[in-house]
Amino acid sequence: MEEMTLGTLIAVFEEMFGRGLFWTMVGVAVVITLAYLYVLVRDRAMSMRKFLLAQLSMPVGAVAAVAFVMWMTNSSFANIGGPIDWIVLLGVAVLGAVGFAILVYVVQSLLRGRPDEAA
Amino acid sequence: MYDISTLKGTDRRTFFKLAAAGGAAALAMGAGQAQAQRQRTNARIVILGAGAGGAAIANRLTERLDGARITILDPRAEHWYQPGFTLVATGLKPAGYTVSGTGDWLPRGIDYVAEAAAEIDPEANRITTTGGRRIDYDFLIVATGLVLDWDAIEGFSLDMAGPENGISAHYAGPEHSVKGWQALDRFLDQGGVGMFGRPATEMKCAGAPVKLCLLAEDMATTRGTRGKTQFIYNAQAPNLFGVPVIHHRVRQIMDERDITYRYRHVLKAIDVGAKTATYETPDGDVTDRWDFINVIPPQRAPQAVRDSGLSWAERWVDQGWIEVDMHTLRHARYANVFGIGDINGVPKGKTAASVKWHIPVVEDHLVAQIAGREGTTSYNGYTSCPLITRVGRAMLVEFDYEDNLLPSFPGIIAPLEELWISWLMKEVALKATYNAMLRGRA
Repeated sequence: MEEMTLGTLIAVFEEMFGRGLFWTMVGVAVVITLAYLYVLVRDRAMSMRKFLLAQLSMPVGAVAAVAFVMWMTNSSFANIGGPIDWIVLLGVAVLGAVGFAILVYVVQSLLRGRPDEAA
Repeated sequence: MYDISTLKGTDRRTFFKLAAAGGAAALAMGAGQAQAQRQRTNARIVILGAGAGGAAIANRLTERLDGARITILDPRAEHWYQPGFTLVATGLKPAGYTVSGTGDWLPRGIDYVAEAAAEIDPEANRITTTGGRRIDYDFLIVATGLVLDWDAIEGFSLDMAGPENGISAHYAGPEHSVKGWQALDRFLDQGGVGMFGRPATEMKCAGAPVKLCLLAEDMATTRGTRGKTQFIYNAQAPNLFGVPVIHHRVRQIMDERDITYRYRHVLKAIDVGAKTATYETPDGDVTDRWDFINVIPPQRAPQAVRDSGLSWAERWVDQGWIEVDMHTLRHARYANVFGIGDINGVPKGKTAASVKWHIPVVEDHLVAQIAGREGTTSYNGYTSCPLITRVGRAMLVEFDYEDNLLPSFPGIIAPLEELWISWLMKEVALKATYNAMLRGRA
């Protein structure tokens, strides 16, 4: 009961989002990750052109993630109180940035096809 | 009056430790977790109350025991997430946020009786329900919660609560929390004197009156009506919080925010027509005018418990909490009786966070007794309180019987610092963890 287990973590997240939404989100994350691995293996290289756009889109993901957290909770930037708050805020931004960058890269790769075909 | 505070303790701990540990580590730990073997028994177990404590222990025992006949009694069809009442009473959540069905949380295979205990006979090991049914038991778990003694406030009745009179009685339930918000909302617009405070008895979530006061002051500031409002907090003791270090922090915050606080002021009577409240003080009664008042009445064990002989004889005589060992939560005189939650006569811990720590202790000692062993776990008085200080900020205070602070993340989440992360835990993670606890999964 008191100790940490994967079961406890899953139970808490299921309660937080609802079982359906939580597993849907897990599914979406898994699909995007698999798609990313798929295009990397398929292309056998990172396309720097696609990676550039993915990088440029990172701030969008960061801002969106932070805005989402602020919107979902009764919070504002004025509530940031200590170092841990800044770390959490930056963590949310980083997660949003990386997640969105991967998504942008994958979408480009899937839409434009292989590098040699696109060239 | 040490008890204190609100919600979740382990929830937060578990949640954050898990988050910190990261998915991979958690995975490895989860995989390594051995399932406890189920204990075969034909014991008859009766659980009085299907609130946070009753529902959670029912789920845990169903998982741990094979063949036990478990009966749970609770007359109320609605389950209330009581830690959410403060958020409803300040307009941050709707009433529905705190309401679910009692039956929704109970495991299959147990007997759910929608009645209360009218009589508890620990000598004969028998319960008589309000419907006249007799239930014999081998083990009894008392998780009735407490009753709110509204009649103890002279001149007050619950139907007076609401925006018409400027009275909040949010402890009474979800609907009264909404009415309490309507009253507070009107007061924050119109201004005047706002009275807050707590009863002299032990109470559930002793941090709640402080939170409501601090939230109201913050909202007045945000609305721009702070200049025409006055906030007065009436403490029953010579402090604002039973734990000295937290008392000093709360006092500092109230000083900074120009909130008046008075010690040893216990609400005794209300005159709704004149809008006055009378407080009992060491120097005699004091009567003050108010425009808004949050009434929290004295709190006691249900009458059936007080009549059962389970209560302490020499302590809390006007309140009737049951005489359990403060570490094992086993009754001092009846070895087959345990207590969970608000009903326990222990110096701290009338919060849902404490319930979370009561559950594994009672589970361990009861299952061990059935197996012919000795239980090994001990409850240290852990109580926690996301002490909300503003909309968007809270202090995550956690402490034990000895008034020690027990921060879940020392050096990371400072207990006496007003932090956004502590607010996020209250707003986002606590109900989820509470629900997981009810299902016996956290």
